Amino acid sequence: MKSKNITLIVLGIFFLLFPFIIRSEYYQHLVIIALMWVVIGSSWNLLAGYTGQVSFGHAIFFGVGAYTAGIFVTKLEISAWWGMLFGGFAAMLIALFVGWVCFRLRGPYFALATLAGSEIIRLVATNWESLTDGMVGILIIQSFRSKLPYYYIVLGLAAACIYAIHLVIKSKWGYYFVSIREDQDAAESLGINTTLYKNISLLISAFFAGSAGAFYMNYMAFIDPHVVFSLHYISIMAILVGIVGGVATIMGPAVGAFVMVGVQETFRSAFFGIAPRWISEAHALVFGLLVIFVIMFMANGIVGDWGKIRRVLLRSRPSA
Amino acid sequence: MTVFLQTLVAGILIGGIYSLIGIGMTLIMGVMGIINLAHGQLMMVAMYITLILFNVLNFDPYISLFIAMPCLFLLGVLIQKFLLNPLMKIESILPENQVLMTVGIGMVLTEIVRFIFSSDYKSVKTSYSSSAFFIGDISFSLPMCIAFGVALVFTALLFWFLLKTDIGRSIRATAQDKDAATLMGVNTGRITVITFGLGSALVAAAGSLLLPIFYLFPDVGGPFTLKAFVITILGGLGSTVGALVGGVVLGIAESLGATYIGMGYKEMVGFVIFVLVLVFLPGGLKRLTKI
Repeated sequence: MKSKNITLIVLGIFFLLFPFIIRSEYYQHLVIIALMWVVIGSSWNLLAGYTGQVSFGHAIFFGVGAYTAGIFVTKLEISAWWGMLFGGFAAMLIALFVGWVCFRLRGPYFALATLAGSEIIRLVATNWESLTDGMVGILIIQSFRSKLPYYYIVLGLAAACIYAIHLVIKSKWGYYFVSIREDQDAAESLGINTTLYKNISLLISAFFAGSAGAFYMNYMAFIDPHVVFSLHYISIMAILVGIVGGVATIMGPAVGAFVMVGVQETFRSAFFGIAPRWISEAHALVFGLLVIFVIMFMANGIVGDWGKIRRVLLRSRPSA
Repeated sequence: MTVFLQTLVAGILIGGIYSLIGIGMTLIMGVMGIINLAHGQLMMVAMYITLILFNVLNFDPYISLFIAMPCLFLLGVLIQKFLLNPLMKIESILPENQVLMTVGIGMVLTEIVRFIFSSDYKSVKTSYSSSAFFIGDISFSLPMCIAFGVALVFTALLFWFLLKTDIGRSIRATAQDKDAATLMGVNTGRITVITFGLGSALVAAAGSLLLPIFYLFPDVGGPFTLKAFVITILGGLGSTVGALVGGVVLGIAESLGATYIGMGYKEMVGFVIFVLVLVFLPGGLKRLTKI
């Protein structure tokens, strides 16, 4: 317990000082994006990893949060930063509806229903031009020129998200969630209102994903339906972040987010310009291969399978 | 009235192809209990095979059909044997790993095709691509009629196969109760492999039939995967009759939506049906027909 606390403090100090250690805006940008994925991945993990309701449509909440922030600027003419709060609430509102429809289904069918939901909302955002400007997207003016404010805001959000999920999981609710994942019928027969607790899990998850979406709007200053409601680049990425890091572990998605953003950027930039150009065209292919690899060989992720990974590394060391 | 009838006819005709796509998916789902999210991508691969045969050997897409189907059968068999079946043995917290695996497979297929053919839109221009005949005021597109007819023939063949042959019976037995089927001496591992191949071959047929009337690019698969999924939910999970009816219903609904609501909302009609079915008729059409 003690050593865990020390690790946490060291990590905290490292992240607080990070922008002063690494001055390059490029690397700061990468870490900001990775921290945003920590939030999305952790929120996905609460719903999928702990409650067992695998969502293929986290882009719904992310996108709704982003659009709330954007519409605040274009229609209400107030700061997009309000979206950090109200984007989360808007995502929760949508989550109520998503839960009402999708929690009628279990397992893979729930997963696919959420996937269909994200497609519906993408089409709505594309076609409802009076509200969202459709395919034109929403362009706002960034509040800060420096990366620093964004860095600390997203760092705070990520820390708050992880801490909140940690609290939830350690509470009575957390045990309810896990019992629903392990055996829904048994949980129901023990008197747990499974639909209620699945919805609670979904609402918490949606709030953080929506908040992350609002941050994305503020930071990138441009969104369109194909970016924020993307199946591959938001929903699937959220799942990957969770699975690579380790489902049903608090720190798993945080590790997964840094690994995934790292891998993605390494290939997108063709190993930072060292490898030939065509590598960067294959980055989506690598993404897909990674999905297959992770599911086949690391089903419980880096954190979940850490013991196994360490064994493999230790065993291979003498021979190498 | 003419507009309405024309819309209806167009919807029914495209619905035939949708049925073919949906049946492949419902078959896979019925036997293995997983949804194959690479379904549309498999169709995309079949379409590219047909395109190559057309461009290089000048084969008619309807002839290439008989080459694309075995190719995709093989691809499906390989995917099931080496990627999906091994997953059964892996212990993990989330049972949805197989679904996610099919997403990964779909991505890999799309990206490999994009790597080879680039993202350009391609299409096949045959002599009959835009020919049509008229009954009264209503025009019937010739390639769509052919596609509808072939789709019906394949569906009939599939029914015969499932009802009368030994493998077909084994497939139905596995779908009903996997453990019981294993106890009765059915090699369920092999049956899942065959089923996945069969589903892939059916969607390959749909791809070849679709090529003369549709355009082609690497991302074409995604929307069709979702359509197939809507059809399966609409028809009832694992029900072939349901998928047949569901495909036609979806075709008509989309066609009506495009005419009376707007082209932009065409894709959405399917999802709205999907939500309505889940809320008001969980279990789909299967609940009504019992087949």
